Amino acid sequence: MPLLLASLGVLLLGGLVALAWPGHGRGSGRVAAGSVFAAAVLGIIPAIRVLAGGNVMTLDLPWEMPLGSLSIGLDGLSAFFIIPILLLGAIAALYGAAGLRDGGPRRTVATSWLMYNVLIAGMLLVVVARNGMLLLLAWELMSVASFFLVMFEDGRPEVRRAGRTYLIATHIGTAGLLVMFLLLGRGCDTLDFNAFRIGEGGPRLSGIIFLLAIVGFGTKAGFVPLHGWLPEAHPAAPSHVSAVMSGVMIKTGIYGLLRVLTFLGPPPPWFGWVLVGIGAVSGVYGVLFALAQHDLKRLLAYHSVENIGIIALGIGVGLLGRSHHLPVVAVLGFGGALLHVFNHALFKGLLFLAAGAVAHAAHTREIDSLGGLLRHMPVTGASFLVGAVAICGLPPLNGFVSEAMVYLAAFCAATSATGSFAVSGVVVITALALIGGLAAACFTKAFGIVFLGEPRSAAAADAGEVAPAMRVAMVILAAGCGVVGLCAPLLPGAAAEAIRVASGASPAEMQTSVTWVAGSLRLVVLGAGALLVTFLGMALARRRLLARRRVVSAPTWDCGYAAPTTRMQYTASSYAHPLTSLLGLSGWTRREITTPVGLFPKEAHLRTTTPDPVQDGIYAPVFAAIGRFLLRFRPLQGGMIQLYVLYIALTLLILLAWKLG
Amino acid sequence: MIVVAVVHVLLALLLAPLLPGVINRTKAALAGRRGQPLLQAYFDLGKLLRKDVVYSTTTTWVFRAGPSAALAALLVALAIVPFANARALLAFPGDLLLFAYLLGLARFSLVTAALDTGSSFEGMGASREVTFSALAEPALLLGLVAMAREAGSVSLSDVYTRLAPVSLVEGGGPVLLLVAAAFGVVYLAENARIPFDDPNTHLELTMIHEVLILDHSGPDLAFLQYGAALKLWLLGSLAVGILIPLHGAPPVPAMLGGLAGMFLLAVVTGVIESTMARLRLVRVPQLLVGATLLSLLALLMVLA
Repeated sequence: MPLLLASLGVLLLGGLVALAWPGHGRGSGRVAAGSVFAAAVLGIIPAIRVLAGGNVMTLDLPWEMPLGSLSIGLDGLSAFFIIPILLLGAIAALYGAAGLRDGGPRRTVATSWLMYNVLIAGMLLVVVARNGMLLLLAWELMSVASFFLVMFEDGRPEVRRAGRTYLIATHIGTAGLLVMFLLLGRGCDTLDFNAFRIGEGGPRLSGIIFLLAIVGFGTKAGFVPLHGWLPEAHPAAPSHVSAVMSGVMIKTGIYGLLRVLTFLGPPPPWFGWVLVGIGAVSGVYGVLFALAQHDLKRLLAYHSVENIGIIALGIGVGLLGRSHHLPVVAVLGFGGALLHVFNHALFKGLLFLAAGAVAHAAHTREIDSLGGLLRHMPVTGASFLVGAVAICGLPPLNGFVSEAMVYLAAFCAATSATGSFAVSGVVVITALALIGGLAAACFTKAFGIVFLGEPRSAAAADAGEVAPAMRVAMVILAAGCGVVGLCAPLLPGAAAEAIRVASGASPAEMQTSVTWVAGSLRLVVLGAGALLVTFLGMALARRRLLARRRVVSAPTWDCGYAAPTTRMQYTASSYAHPLTSLLGLSGWTRREITTPVGLFPKEAHLRTTTPDPVQDGIYAPVFAAIGRFLLRFRPLQGGMIQLYVLYIALTLLILLAWKLG
Repeated sequence: MIVVAVVHVLLALLLAPLLPGVINRTKAALAGRRGQPLLQAYFDLGKLLRKDVVYSTTTTWVFRAGPSAALAALLVALAIVPFANARALLAFPGDLLLFAYLLGLARFSLVTAALDTGSSFEGMGASREVTFSALAEPALLLGLVAMAREAGSVSLSDVYTRLAPVSLVEGGGPVLLLVAAAFGVVYLAENARIPFDDPNTHLELTMIHEVLILDHSGPDLAFLQYGAALKLWLLGSLAVGILIPLHGAPPVPAMLGGLAGMFLLAVVTGVIESTMARLRLVRVPQLLVGATLLSLLALLMVLA
């Protein structure tokens, strides 16, 4: 516990020093990154200790706030979330320290680093808080810090718009949480977690609390239809910030949901169904809209919605397993969801960093203006490829492991259960199968169009590899994806403490389920090893075959057409078009066309954008209506000082009358 | 048991290129031609392995690694699929997922290699490949769920070793037939056969698989063609294992039965290719969704 507090202290201190550091922001970055590294080392040690031994640590201090004490604790669930937060936080800081230096005036860079440290500290505090009041404070700290980070380039109108959307969205979530904690604390005069007694409130109260948790934490996590801020805020933020926000910050929503579920006792089946529904919708919706995007970071942001969907599917099927007393399904579902939280932090962090490197080098995120970057940016390209294979859930990388666990949970439900529980398994499998196929389409597009082929613009042709520190950050994450994939059999055991807290399974049930799944994963790794060996064998065989042969270079076969230009290559939009039109997305795609006219046409132009239907179809009209309603009160604020004095006088008069009467 | 499994893998490695030969001879016979030799695929492979290679100046190591990676994935998948209803080399709960995702990995390698050429033709092929396989994935997985529930296990080997000749006439018979039909469609789609794709052309606006490998040459092309033959074998044995359930037969007759089934499937494929036209591209998704519905129907019957 002292190590954890020291970690928090180092983060805050480092942030302040970074703010005060002289120079042009470069030193600030180094100080901040150094402090996050130190904090990571300090914080990860106790987290690993808890996961290994299961000794829950708690600390209670009295404080001035009402409703309970300053209580923090470190159990398996908290420890499991601390590791990716600090790990990705440190690696992204390393990247940011190299990448953020030419970002703007010194003051902005230094402030941004303070906010970065506050964000990491806030996330840390969120997952260790054991008091509702403290959690809400940490939650706000995290949200506001990330808001300032998103607003780094506040000179650009789209960034301001994104920041505003994010601020509003996150506070809608916080409003839900506020009500939820008040309901949780009903009947006891404290918001300490260990004082919550929900069983007494009856199923109705726990249902309401569950729904509020879905709204409150789901807004942060990005459940559809509460995901609107993700595709706005992630592209607007600097890339190391997007990596942290998408890789770990949205997962605090998942943490919160899991934590609240532990208060609610044995869940009724509809809890599980709600999450399966949300997961299926978020997963398919996220990947579909990702497919339609051609801004690289926006595409990745939609993919976060998809991966949150996969996590929700895991939690949903796990809850159903719990309410139907099938501990294997519960353990596999929660285990898959938790491991996906960790894996997604690795590969989505990696992909955002690589996307940032591309934007940094080619000065655009527009996929259709890029191309051929692998030759100029070999490290970035190879890392992006690793991330792409991992996020598609393909073996032998880490994405396969967690997705396979969620799949297995669903398979167990579908094969051994009866009635609606079995149907839920089928729903989950259908959703995962669709998501898997579409994700492969989406990431062959993202990697193929950006990194392969010929450059589609001069900027892409001139792009060069990014700074060494940025490359190191990406390589570490890419290696992490491989190592975690090959250590798969150890994962369920390593996460066992977290899975036990989340799933409420007994130690004996944990033991059997974990052994069972670890046995399967051992053979998965055997298959992965065989895959690598076979691949090496093939590559060697190929090399020997080619050694005695002539290897000739020639242009790509162009079917006899002698003057192809690089703009004639397939683009991201044309690549995705069969799927998007098939799945009914073309109705949402807006086209601006200037068609060529006459025999010697001068210019032609086509521009497509796919806005978010939820954002444009629901939120925009609702917020416009609220705005119109509030406009009616505008005459009250006429700008005349006399009028304001009159208001004051009237208020006093009314108060006086009230007091007298 | 291990010996049988190893023999099955060796048989697949050895005989897979015979399947395209049988398909072609069937087509030739139905068209009244003599056709190419049965062993033509072997001759082609031998020749390609000894040829020089041409690489496009646009390409990178992704293009060069693609064929090897795809073939490696298919080879490992071969160790998971049970043949002639005997246990496979690699069998564990959840192996069907590894199988499905190894096929996905092979596809990923092939598609990225194709995109590496920067050719619009190969971009188009890649786009179609991912579109149709995204639709075939649910059909395959839901079919596997139905069979897993019928067998009460989530391992391909368990599922297939529980299929004996009586399984088709028992209560579960209709379920198995529905799944087999769905797998048959997936087999044709994933292997780019008619009615989805025409393996004989690669310079038309309707092609998928042949255009993906347009720029490969020499040993790389040999790897890809061998991989295509293996894929015929892999998905074919999933369908054949249901339709000709041989569990309980002694190893050698079972093996012969399985082989007969595979070549029968090749003949049927040849007949389909001779008697049907390729579907219009816009109709392809309907057929794949149809296959998914067959799987779903089978699943509803098992769940009920």
